[in-house]
Amino acid sequence: MAITFSLPTVLARLADGQATLEGTGDTLGAVVAEIAGRYPRLAPRLRDEAGGPYPFVTYYLNDEDIRFRNGFATPVGEGDEITVVAAIAGG
Amino acid sequence: MRVRGTYDDVNRLCSQVADRYGWGLVNINLRGYYGEGSKTMAFEIAEQLGWRLPTAVVAPMAGGSLLTKLEKGFREFTEAGLVSGAAPRLYGGQASGCAPIVHLVERGGDTLVPVVPDTIARSIAIGNPADGRFAAGAIRATGGWAAGVSETALVDGIKLLAETTGVFTETAGGVTVAAALVLAESGRLRPEDEVVLCITGNGLKTVEALQGALPDAPIIAPRIRDLEAQYGHHL
Repeated sequence: MAITFSLPTVLARLADGQATLEGTGDTLGAVVAEIAGRYPRLAPRLRDEAGGPYPFVTYYLNDEDIRFRNGFATPVGEGDEITVVAAIAGG
Repeated sequence: MRVRGTYDDVNRLCSQVADRYGWGLVNINLRGYYGEGSKTMAFEIAEQLGWRLPTAVVAPMAGGSLLTKLEKGFREFTEAGLVSGAAPRLYGGQASGCAPIVHLVERGGDTLVPVVPDTIARSIAIGNPADGRFAAGAIRATGGWAAGVSETALVDGIKLLAETTGVFTETAGGVTVAAALVLAESGRLRPEDEVVLCITGNGLKTVEALQGALPDAPIIAPRIRDLEAQYGHHL
């Protein structure tokens, strides 16, 4: 079950320069864990030591911030797109 | 172009545009300059007061960055020996329809709970403020507090500032004024305080916020007596 996983350039460098990856898993957290397993240098930038999302890294599942779904427990499926965006903006 | 969505939605798009096309966006990939620039607001406050510090500063909060940079600016001026005395207590204001940092200050702890913004104060409507935890930290460290204000209160804040100072601010400034009133009424701001309100945006950005809140201008014939009839008590 392939899910598109998009990284900003700063993180793509830690995934052999690939800004777009394909991941697998039934939940967003499972996809993150699967990708983290393949790219150990990227892993600590995607999730904290407890395996949860950082407050300053925003995950969008398609067009929705996963904080308004069920976080890393949010189910994902074939064709879904996950986008990683740094949470920075505003004064 | 205009983008359909909230500040958070636009932020996501800007982040992707900056990343994909290499655009320089001050809010995104030039953030370091943005932060250092924000810091100079504290410098200007001290300078304009004659190289001393106020006792309290009230600022609007969106991503929360400004609060942290005010703290940094006052601290740096103090460390440089340019000012002395206690650091100002820092206070933050948000519209109640998007007040995740206010909630964090009120609730305590370290976990910010994002919200879906629902306010006319769109320039500060960040539901997932990246610097929220740090802003709350600066507020706590300086002995300040935070306040959420209603839509009506923030519009009244815009009107009050215009009527009393001639400064026409946008919704974020209205939030700041209204928050200061709330903080004063609750005793957080004290009669002996010297309070600085950070009015951070021009009212022409959000004129729609005042639609229906101001009376229509009267229309008169081009005769002096009609003008005197309308405004005689002011002449």
